[in-house]
This record gives sequence, C-alpha cells and structure tokens, in this order.
Amino acid sequence: MALYSEKVMDHFTHPRNVGVIEDANGIGEVGNAKCGDIMKIYLKIEDDIIKDVKFETFGCGSAIASSSMATEMIKGKSIHEAMALTNKAVAEALDGLPAHKLHCSVLAEEAIKNALKDYYDRAGLPYDEKDFPDCEHCEHCE
Amino acid sequence: MQVYADNAATTKMSQTAIDAMLPYMTTIYGNPSSLHSVGQEAKEALDAARETVAQCLGCEPREIIFTSGGSEADNQAIISAARLGEKKGKKHIISTAFEHHAVLHTLKKLEKEGFEIELLDVRQGHNITAQQVKDAIRPDTCLVTTMYANNEIGSILPIPEIGAICKEAGVPFHTDAVQAVGHLHINVKEQNIDMLSLSGHKFHGPKGIGALYVRKGFPLVNIIEGGAQERGKRAGTENIPAICGMAAAMKEACDHIDENAAKVSAMRDKLIEGLSKIPHSAVNGDLVHRLPGNVSFCFEGIEGESLLLLLDQKGICASSGSACTSGSLDPSHVLLAIGRVHDVAHGSLRLSLCEWNTMEEMDHILKCVPEVVEYLRSMSPVWRDLQTGKRTYIL
Repeated sequence: MALYSEKVMDHFTHPRNVGVIEDANGIGEVGNAKCGDIMKIYLKIEDDIIKDVKFETFGCGSAIASSSMATEMIKGKSIHEAMALTNKAVAEALDGLPAHKLHCSVLAEEAIKNALKDYYDRAGLPYDEKDFPDCEHCEHCE
Repeated sequence: MQVYADNAATTKMSQTAIDAMLPYMTTIYGNPSSLHSVGQEAKEALDAARETVAQCLGCEPREIIFTSGGSEADNQAIISAARLGEKKGKKHIISTAFEHHAVLHTLKKLEKEGFEIELLDVRQGHNITAQQVKDAIRPDTCLVTTMYANNEIGSILPIPEIGAICKEAGVPFHTDAVQAVGHLHINVKEQNIDMLSLSGHKFHGPKGIGALYVRKGFPLVNIIEGGAQERGKRAGTENIPAICGMAAAMKEACDHIDENAAKVSAMRDKLIEGLSKIPHSAVNGDLVHRLPGNVSFCFEGIEGESLLLLLDQKGICASSGSACTSGSLDPSHVLLAIGRVHDVAHGSLRLSLCEWNTMEEMDHILKCVPEVVEYLRSMSPVWRDLQTGKRTYIL
C-alpha cells in the first residue's frame, strides 16, 4: 500500500511498546474520540531516565505508528532529551507521513510532553508552562 | 486469500463489458458525428447502446443522455430542475440527509443562490418514508431528489411510493440510482421517475461513463457546452468504447438481477449475522429494505482506517466512513445522519459484495474481522476506559 512508507507500516503492524505500566509515574493522554485519535503514554522514570514507556492508541495507522516510533525514540533517554523530541523528528524517523496525517506525529509529541508534565506535577518539580502546549491549540478537532 | 469486498466503491469489469469495448478501440474507432463509414458504424453502436440502456430502465432511447458518470448526471438533473423552478418562482428542493456528495454539494451551491434546501431526517429506521416526502412538499417545491439506495449503509428508499406522491403533486422527481441500477428492478415509467442518474462502473462496466435518464419534455440545462452531441444536451465526442461496455454490462446485470440478488444477499446475511456477534457493534442501514451486497457496521473503541489497513494485510479490500479514510476531519456524513455519534462513526466498516464473491471468502472475512477488531481494541485507550467503566458504552 503506497499510502504509507514501509517504516510506518512496520511500526503500525508491529508496534513497539504497546500496553500499560501499572506503576507509571507519568501518564499523559491527548486527543479525543470525537476527532478520531487518542494517545495515552505511560512513563516509568528513575533518576531522570525513562526506564520504561508504553502506549495505547485509538486512531488510524499513522497514529499508531507515530506512537510506536515516539516511544522507541525516548526509551532509555533522559527526560531532557524526551522533552526535546519534536513531531518533525517523529515524522522523519518514519520516513515521512502524508500531509493530512502530520497531526498524528504532533499528537505523539504532545502525548509524551503531557506525560512528562504529569511526572513533574507528581514529583513536585518546577517547570515552565510554556513548554507544554496542550492539544487544544491544534485545529484538528475544531 | 484475496477478497474484494468494496464493490460499492467500484467493481471489476466483466469480460462481457471488455469484449464489447474492444472493437471500438481497434477497428471501429470513428467519431459518430463523422459522415464516413467508420464514423457511421460507431454511430450505429452508439444507437444500439442507447437502446439497451433504455430497455433496462423501461424508457425510450431518446430519453437517455450519456454523461461522464453519476456525478455529472446528478449535477445536470438537479441544476436543470432548479432552473426550471426558478422561472416559475419555485425555489424549494426536498432531498435527504444521506445523499451522495454529488447531490449534496450541488444543493449547497443552489442554497447559496437562494434556494431553500430541505433535507429529510434519516435517523428513523436509517431510511425515509414516502410520508416524509409528502409532508415536505409545498406549492413552491421545484424538485424532490432522493437516492434510490444508499451507497454506505445499503438502505433502499421507497422510490415507487415517492414517485407516485411527486406525480400527484406535480413535482419533478430525480433519483440518484448509482447503487441500484443493475442490482434492483427499475422501471422509470411504472415508478414515476422523471430523472435518474447511473454510473457504469458499479455493475462491472467501465469507469468514467454514466447516463442520465430524463423524461421526454423535461427541459435540460447544459453543464458542458460545445457540440451538438446527445441531442445538444451534453457536448463532447461520445466515449463509444465506454458507452458500449456500460450497455453490455448493464444488460448482463439486468438479465440476472434475481439470481445475483439471491446469491449475494445470502452472503450478506451470513456476514451480518456473524459480525453481529462482535460485542459492542451495530449494523448500519435498513435491515429489511437493503441492497443485496451491503454490509455496514460500527465497532466501538476502534478507528476505521487502522481496521482497513490490517484487513488489507489479510487480503480483504473493504472501506470505512472514518475521518481518516475520507481525507477530511469528520467521519462520514451518512453515519452522522443516521444518528451515529463521532466516536462510533470513526469505527465503521463497509463490506460490499458482488456475485463473484464466494461463501469461502465470507468465512475468511468472518475469521479476520473479529480478530482485527479484538487486536485494535487491545491497544485502544478508549476500549480500556469502556471496560473499566470510565467511559460509557454507546453500542
């Protein structure tokens, strides 16, 4: 199927890191069922390192592939490196997404940031609100 | 196993249609407007094809205009009725909420011009009643346009009843019969249809060809200006190979309507029965008045595009009304019109069958669809929320 790159299809049909982390210390969920995409990210962070990450996604092939790729890109990395992950990097790692599917990679970035914010909140760590745009600003659901 | 279950999108061409086309690409390639013999032979083929199409619909050959397909026919029919109505000061049009975009977008255009468009509600029984049409007709109604059968959910509308009501009220009646021709018994005279649109590729004919039936005497407005082809109502050199292919496919389909319907509806019913066993699912469309080949479901907690991609990997070609497959942000207007909420409409699946499908293929579908639905639900946060009670089941 030429709609998606081989990388996207690989991550869609064999998604990495699917599931839940029961003792996660950072959980983020973005999107809504009305617009057709929901991503939920579970983080297990120890000593500023993302020891484990899992995801659950309701959405199209590129949403599932973006979740899979994004979790793979931050696993084992520091929280600062995870904070620096961009939707562009996710899309590039997937060898590109069709233009009307780019919001799926945006959602992946936001889901991870959302989970990191939850971690900061739970740990009582200070952070700058500006670093965590919520998905409401996206035009997708409007 | 490769299973093509997207016949409502388009069909594989029949050998009959291909054979009917070939001579008009090889030896009889003339322009029917030409005076010489190669042209006149093409003209004879054109006349014969028109005769065949007219016979299948129960009308006269001169009442058939060949077009580029169903969309063009819909546009021309609706615009023509609107222009006629306008002259008489009538600017009210009745249609339904689940029409094809070829109809809805044309109506939208007329609405901007000042026409009043009334779309009948289709939530009750996923269909409309003739009474709804009767109640909606006003002295200034210039057109009733309803599809013959719905492309996504398979509901067959009460066309003969609507035709009778429109005739009595003196209101022109157009029907988009793209999904019905070759599959259902149609007789435009008996069913009081003034205009009817059809498309060649929905019954094993070629793509890019269709026809508009227009009752004799009804004034058509040109959508395409130019030469005097099609009695001056549709310019452009006739696509003779496609016209001949469509006519041959149409005759073959119409000659076998009952046996095809019996075979296809048995497969349809098997799928509907089997897929209904998937928990938190719902069948879409009228279960009694239903196209023989249509199976349409919504599955809660999953999204349609990922469903289609995984089915494709298992060799099953299907379609969905989810936003991600439409290229727009909203799920199918048809599913929303019958009252499915966004969350559920995203998880839709349409399987559309033809007489070339087999029971073995149905078994394959019935094995694969539940597996794929279960797999996608296992990674869906929505499904988890439904199961843990954080979210309430809709289906």
